[in-house]
Amino acid sequence: MATGPGSKLPWRRERDRALAGGVLAGLSTKTGIDLTALRIVVAVISLLTSGYVLAAYVLTWLLLPASNETGSIASRAASDKRGIGLAAALATVLGAVLIGVGALDIPWINALAWPLVISACGLVLIWRNSEPGEQQRMQQLAEPVLGNVAGQKPGRIVPRIAVGAGLLAAGLTMLLVGHERVQLLVPLGGVVLLLGAIAVVLGPWWMRIARDLVEERQARIRAEERADMAARVHDSVLQTLALIQRRASDPHQVVRLARVQERELRAWLFEGKEPGSLQADGVAAGVRQIQQDVEARHGITVDAVTVGDCELDEELGALLAAAREATVNAAKWSGADTVSLFAEVEPDAVSVYVRDRGCGFDPDAVPADRKGLAESVRARVARRGGSASVRSAPGEGTEVSLTMPRQPARRP
Amino acid sequence: MTAAGQPRVFLVDDHAMFRAGVRSELAGHVEVVGEAEDVAPAIAAISASVPDVVLLDVHLPGGGGQAVVAAVRPELPQVRFLALSASDAPEDVIAVIRAGARGYVTKTISGPELIDAVQRVAAGDAVFSPRLAGFVLDAFASGQADLQPTFDPELDQLTTREREVLRLIARGYTYKEIARELFISVKTVESHVSSVLRKLQLSTRHQLTRWATERRLN
Repeated sequence: MATGPGSKLPWRRERDRALAGGVLAGLSTKTGIDLTALRIVVAVISLLTSGYVLAAYVLTWLLLPASNETGSIASRAASDKRGIGLAAALATVLGAVLIGVGALDIPWINALAWPLVISACGLVLIWRNSEPGEQQRMQQLAEPVLGNVAGQKPGRIVPRIAVGAGLLAAGLTMLLVGHERVQLLVPLGGVVLLLGAIAVVLGPWWMRIARDLVEERQARIRAEERADMAARVHDSVLQTLALIQRRASDPHQVVRLARVQERELRAWLFEGKEPGSLQADGVAAGVRQIQQDVEARHGITVDAVTVGDCELDEELGALLAAAREATVNAAKWSGADTVSLFAEVEPDAVSVYVRDRGCGFDPDAVPADRKGLAESVRARVARRGGSASVRSAPGEGTEVSLTMPRQPARRP
Repeated sequence: MTAAGQPRVFLVDDHAMFRAGVRSELAGHVEVVGEAEDVAPAIAAISASVPDVVLLDVHLPGGGGQAVVAAVRPELPQVRFLALSASDAPEDVIAVIRAGARGYVTKTISGPELIDAVQRVAAGDAVFSPRLAGFVLDAFASGQADLQPTFDPELDQLTTREREVLRLIARGYTYKEIARELFISVKTVESHVSSVLRKLQLSTRHQLTRWATERRLN
């Protein structure tokens, strides 16, 4: 999008340059004023005007659509009844607190009061109705202030609350002592009674909203877990069951498929290993895992042989990833029942050979789709300083050879 | 051999379903003269029927495949054994080879390949599956650390050519393909493999003896 200075486009919030809502970034694009300068000016003004600019910012955020959206957050918030309720409740409580604090007659609190109420309510609506990307940004902004309460251990929250309560008590005491007038206790008592009344009247409603929020979140987490589980089960168990049905006449195949699947399922449920992930720490274990995965997923036999072993580093991990791709390739396209996978660890290099006796192809007349796969295997190894070659002829199967030099520091 | 030139084969495996499967795969190419599911009955039946080739499961309830080989070979040296296993453990396989089996293939082998392997063993050749080739390369790895004072280069070391042949077997090449790859005849490939088998059976290399000893102690 052409958004030069002074462009004729309407003012929109720009999310990719945003610190908070992207209001100023949008204004900078619209007017051509430097964004940093604009930010400093607005920050200074908002300090001088005790919060009204902040309230204005939040309202603009609420009312101004983002550059990639059609409607503003406010238009979505209009249909969010619970959000409005929440904001109204927050306003009531904050208002009550401010009335109470107002009795203490401290001018700067009074000045800050109403912009703060407006901002807080606006932020609640924004929070509930903005896009997930914006919510994440707000979470990042709030983190240093609130701390990640959910992730903290109770042992750290308790001292914090204790210190806070101690400070509060000290502050109240100082206020009382400072005035040296017992009469002050009368309005203060009134405030406490007022707050108590509000708590009694609105308490159950607040509790219900809080509980609903918790339930809503739990339901969402459960739904996500279920979707995740369904995807995993589909990729592994359901595919194996389909293969078993197709091979019902061959008891060995059925037993083998069942065994491989059982192993994978156990590893997932009891050891937390995700199906399909390469979590081996050595070459031999990695090769074994490729064998099991490809056998389970593609219903062919992988004749895997490893000579020697060594720890996996990044380079060798890339080598095995390429080997897995070559093996999957052979399983998918060659039409052969068996793929041979041979890995040899030598003092200065590790070699892997993936061979099938399937249809093969003419490497000089490769169709585009297969060339892409061969290239991705080759590129993966070449990036780490290894080499790969493919040997194939129609009717004679295919062999992919991969070699990766070993890092001198890691040689035995 | 029978009049038709088919090798006479005896099956030893403790799974009836597997025996039936192998029987049907071999039908028409070999003559199956009997089967057994345990060590003692197998020894008795093999001594009675004197087959050309015994297809032997490495894992048997009464002492493992090598117990059968050890008992039959002194009496009937003309009976040849081809070990068959689903096992991944090198020591099991090496132990049965050292007891005297002429080769080892995995149970996932295809029907035609199994027939080929049986005929090869019947003709006196050695049969190496890719996995066995891998084990042997591993066991004869060139490290000098585990060499014993009794080191015999004739028996305890593989030649470069033997290594190349084993590597190609491990990569899934057939003897014919290996011959073409290395510009040698199939007969030469066979003689290399037989030489490796001899070394495997006679070498006192630490790795091999350790595997065999541990197996016997069990």
